[in-house]
Amino acid sequence: MAIVSKAQTVPVRPHHSLWGDAFIRLRRNYFAMGGLAFILILALMAIFAPLITPYTFAEQHLDQILESPSWQHPMGTDQLGRDTFARLLYGARTSLMVGIFTQFIVLCIGLPIGAISGYAGGRTDNYIMRFVDVMYAFPDILLIILLRSVLGGSIYMIFLAIGLVAWVNIARLVRGQIMSLKSRDFVSAAKTMGGTGNYITWRHLLPNSLGPVIVSVTFNIPRAIFTEAALSYIGIGVKPPTPSWGAMIQDGFNLIFSKPYMLLFPAIALALLMLAFTFLGDGLRDALDPRLRH
Amino acid sequence: MLRFIVRRTLWLFLVLFVVLLITFVLMHLVPGGPWDREKALAPKVVEALNKRYGLDKPLWEQFVNYIWGVLHGDLGVSYSYSDRTITSILAHGIPKTATLGILAFIFALIVGVPSGVAAALKQNSAIDYSSVLFATIFASVPGFVLGILLMMIFSVVLHWLPTTGWGTFQQLLMPVFCLAALPAAQFARITRASTLEVIRQDYVRTARSKGLPESTIRVRHIFRNSLIPVITVAGPELANLITGSFIIENLFAIPGVGRLFVQGIFARDYTLIMGGILFYAIVIAILNLLVDILYAAIDPRIRYE
Repeated sequence: MAIVSKAQTVPVRPHHSLWGDAFIRLRRNYFAMGGLAFILILALMAIFAPLITPYTFAEQHLDQILESPSWQHPMGTDQLGRDTFARLLYGARTSLMVGIFTQFIVLCIGLPIGAISGYAGGRTDNYIMRFVDVMYAFPDILLIILLRSVLGGSIYMIFLAIGLVAWVNIARLVRGQIMSLKSRDFVSAAKTMGGTGNYITWRHLLPNSLGPVIVSVTFNIPRAIFTEAALSYIGIGVKPPTPSWGAMIQDGFNLIFSKPYMLLFPAIALALLMLAFTFLGDGLRDALDPRLRH
Repeated sequence: MLRFIVRRTLWLFLVLFVVLLITFVLMHLVPGGPWDREKALAPKVVEALNKRYGLDKPLWEQFVNYIWGVLHGDLGVSYSYSDRTITSILAHGIPKTATLGILAFIFALIVGVPSGVAAALKQNSAIDYSSVLFATIFASVPGFVLGILLMMIFSVVLHWLPTTGWGTFQQLLMPVFCLAALPAAQFARITRASTLEVIRQDYVRTARSKGLPESTIRVRHIFRNSLIPVITVAGPELANLITGSFIIENLFAIPGVGRLFVQGIFARDYTLIMGGILFYAIVIAILNLLVDILYAAIDPRIRYE
């Protein structure tokens, strides 16, 4: 009887799925949760921008040019009398959209190509990988600039230009994952039981390689956001009047000595967003792959 | 090993050819041409210019001529800088880009690797936490944002450094730091992770139980082995530094290859764009090849056959 009562006092660890377990680990990581909170708050502010600020991103008040921060304009106005705070909020829409939609394109191209390459192996794999090698030989950002010149300056074309270059990493990652999973016992078991190629790929191989893919996507989002900001900063990003933090930085840069805050606000916003994504990505990596933790 | 190098070099030529082909096709898909001006040129003038630069020939012939020229070391004549060859333009830009890249690379190694080792040897100490924190910040804040913040502090507020330009030591400080921040952070992160792994290896414990002095263990057993992953990323990082510097070059108004390339895109200067891409692709390819060779030289477990 004593044994039974003792066993009852030992807390039984509740059963968690792989994802549930990862989520618990992620929740314990304050930096990652802070990053996630920052991203969510920024996204909400960007979505509900019209409710937060009375101004729009293109509205010019030519009688209020280059004003310093005040109650009326919390971050001042730019050289065309546009409210900087409003432009920052609407610019967050651009940045976040770039981050999300480029990764959507990247996944649409990279996942299937990587999966086919890894699963088929042999000659197919060889051809695909040689093509990937050529893509790797290109300096990423210069290829994006070239594609951007071909496709034009609409925001959707920017997504496409970045996506068409960035899918290579995911394809390589998925290929490696699938190749290592392919020889595992549970895949052989599925094969023995009559599973066909498609079924095994979609049911066993892809779900099991999802962890690293999610981590990689989280790290690629800020890179895409940075790329768009950099392009807009040089003047070959999204076309005005679409607000972009990179373009705002460019506007502010010309007035660095007289109106430094015009430059400071978008620069800090961009830095914080990058940092938030890095914290979240680090947290996800630790949560999804406990072996990597030190 | 020699066979491996020869095969990789041949492959390299093929890759460069394909890179040039893709660039050529993309470039000619861009609407407009090199003679577009605010005020349109007379059709006769455009015709004469096209004839002079061989742009009236069919595209495939232009490409064949270009490749023939490249094989003879002739990258063509620029359309936007009248009568200057691309080779001479690049010859002006490359030293600046290379100086920036190599200085930043050395700086990143000197700062990143020791701080990574120090963090790992004193795991969970204040040194460790501050090193990890700085590495995370510098790994995520983009170089040009860092550059702007530095400019605001050191040029606008303190008036210590000039904002832009090229030539003096003071003008080098900020761009090199901005370029070096990201690779330094990555070196620190990787060195820390690999050192932590090596510390727990059996041969380190064996060395300790033999009674070797701690400094010998660190230099001979820990440090040398923890550097292997660093070398894998060092090559791509140097390539990134050299190709990625174009935005820093634009920010600090440094007339390097990156700035030339961006001007070439704006001016539809076909030969300048091709020359820029070729330069970058060669740098990337050679550095990757070097890393592979170096890797085999350092780690006896790796053999290429």
